[in-house]
Amino acid sequence: MSGLILDNLHKSFGPEKVLDGVSLSVEQGQLAVLLGPSGCGKSTILRLVAGLEEPDQGNISLGGRDLAGLAPKQRDVAMVFQSYALYPHLDVFGNLAFPLRMAHEPKAEIKRKVDEAAELLGIAKLLAKKPGQLSGGQRQRVAIGRAIVRSPRLFLFDEPLSNLDAQLRGEMRLELAALHRKLGTTMLYVTHDQTEALTLGQVIAVLHQGRVEQVGGPREIYQRPVNRFVAGFLGFPPMNFFEGSVQDGNFVCPTPAFSLPVESVAPGPAVLGLRPEELTPGEGTLRGRLELVERVGGQSVLHLRAGEARFTATAPADFSAQTGAELSLDPAAARPHLFRGDKRIN
Amino acid sequence: MAALGAGAFCLLALAPFAWLVLTSFKTQLEVTAIPPTLWPGGSLEFYRSALTRYGLMHFVLNSLIVAGGTTVCTLCLGVGAAYALARLRVPGRPWLMGALLLVSMFPQISLAGPIWRILQAAGWLNTYQGLIIPYVTLTLPLAVWILTSYFSELPRELEEAAMLDGCGRLGALVRVILPLAGPGVFTAAILVFIYAWNEFFFALLIMTRRAVQTLPVGIALFQGQFTIPWGEIAAASTVATAPLVALVFLFQRRIVSGLSAGAIKG
Repeated sequence: MSGLILDNLHKSFGPEKVLDGVSLSVEQGQLAVLLGPSGCGKSTILRLVAGLEEPDQGNISLGGRDLAGLAPKQRDVAMVFQSYALYPHLDVFGNLAFPLRMAHEPKAEIKRKVDEAAELLGIAKLLAKKPGQLSGGQRQRVAIGRAIVRSPRLFLFDEPLSNLDAQLRGEMRLELAALHRKLGTTMLYVTHDQTEALTLGQVIAVLHQGRVEQVGGPREIYQRPVNRFVAGFLGFPPMNFFEGSVQDGNFVCPTPAFSLPVESVAPGPAVLGLRPEELTPGEGTLRGRLELVERVGGQSVLHLRAGEARFTATAPADFSAQTGAELSLDPAAARPHLFRGDKRIN
Repeated sequence: MAALGAGAFCLLALAPFAWLVLTSFKTQLEVTAIPPTLWPGGSLEFYRSALTRYGLMHFVLNSLIVAGGTTVCTLCLGVGAAYALARLRVPGRPWLMGALLLVSMFPQISLAGPIWRILQAAGWLNTYQGLIIPYVTLTLPLAVWILTSYFSELPRELEEAAMLDGCGRLGALVRVILPLAGPGVFTAAILVFIYAWNEFFFALLIMTRRAVQTLPVGIALFQGQFTIPWGEIAAASTVATAPLVALVFLFQRRIVSGLSAGAIKG
């Protein structure tokens, strides 16, 4: 059976074009992540799938059924909102039971399903409490619980973890992955957090200005970004870009002055992208003066400068060097990403 | 200084009411005594007389029907209108809100003639609906304003969640929005009720038969050709006012929070 298919979605709010031809296909049971900076239209896609907005153009189908013109309640999708959107006047049981009551399920069945979901999410002891008495993490669980009780065909997650503190976010991330394995339901997950996207997503769609820039598995979009936006958006510290040109099988960069052999690339101007975590001080042709060492736990981020060009590299946490010191790096140690006119060419 | 000012204000505002209440517990002799007596002997004679000779409860019942009916009608219409104004994409929304405010500024005397004509043609003079309908039109703007500001405060995601959970728009309004907008709805209800309970001008104009007259009109007509029954008027006025005062005192916190919705983010 087919999963979720978005076909050429367009949406504008007044003069502002939010989605500009978005197509994406998610297989049944897959967890797909929409990743992009704020304002890229990723939440709008969720709202279109949910039926809270109608697309100006394009089609959405779920399990082979066209969703056009269907009210949200007819679509068999559940959504977890960023703000959780728990009903404040109902206790946790009431919140979890709400969708089942709307579906006129028998009382005993409602109780059984609510208990089951509460057990699964570890909130069985909270059933009598009101949302106002819960912590952020507990509210999050209730919101997820309300989505899973009625076993919908599709889950929509709108930045569900962004209101939690860092530690809890890490835990919930793992729990969500486990939950997906257990339920096997198709999920569409929106986030601007690349760690979340890379750890959770089986398929990741990177969005920018209302367009899908790249769709692929987490390893693929990290290792083979198709354009400069995707290359620069994923990875921390962000990828270094060096302006230069390809001549005689070599990429030649004027500042910082270095060259790197590249295979089967047509000559002409090009931009070389190198990931900082693949550049470490040692022997090599890429030289720069150390401006700042940023200690980020397990490693040190080195900010280097050569002439007008700035770039970053990484070193072990115990790395020590005077600022101003001249460092050498080996560009051949890093996987080269070559771009011309924004597109990848190698 | 501020406390003194507040004290003076309260005295000024409450003194006439206090005098009324005191008078209602006097005897006929005390009411007409010169020099006037301040403290009453504590007689219930005027209450007894107002209830039996002047049929006070009859007017109370009429007032309850009219004010209650007005409140129910105004809220039913007001909730729908306010929800649409707060949530749906209504073209010209600010103009509509302004027009509502404008309508409520019309002097009553300018409406009285046309309304009387319409009601006469409809045969609704001296009927409850003949008074309730004008009251609804007069109180609706206030109710819509209060409710709109209250609904606008509630997060949109709650309705969206409800709609995904299986409600239609109306279901989301009834099951999620209304329970949460309780204080706002309550505030609107109480203000509308008080207005309809106290209104005199239209009631006097439309209700000319004693059988359907409301409290304010009834009390005003206690007055005979040669006598003014001060004591009975005082007793009836106390009966008319006490429930409202009690209501407002009991719920003043909710009313204030309902009126100031939208002023600050909660």
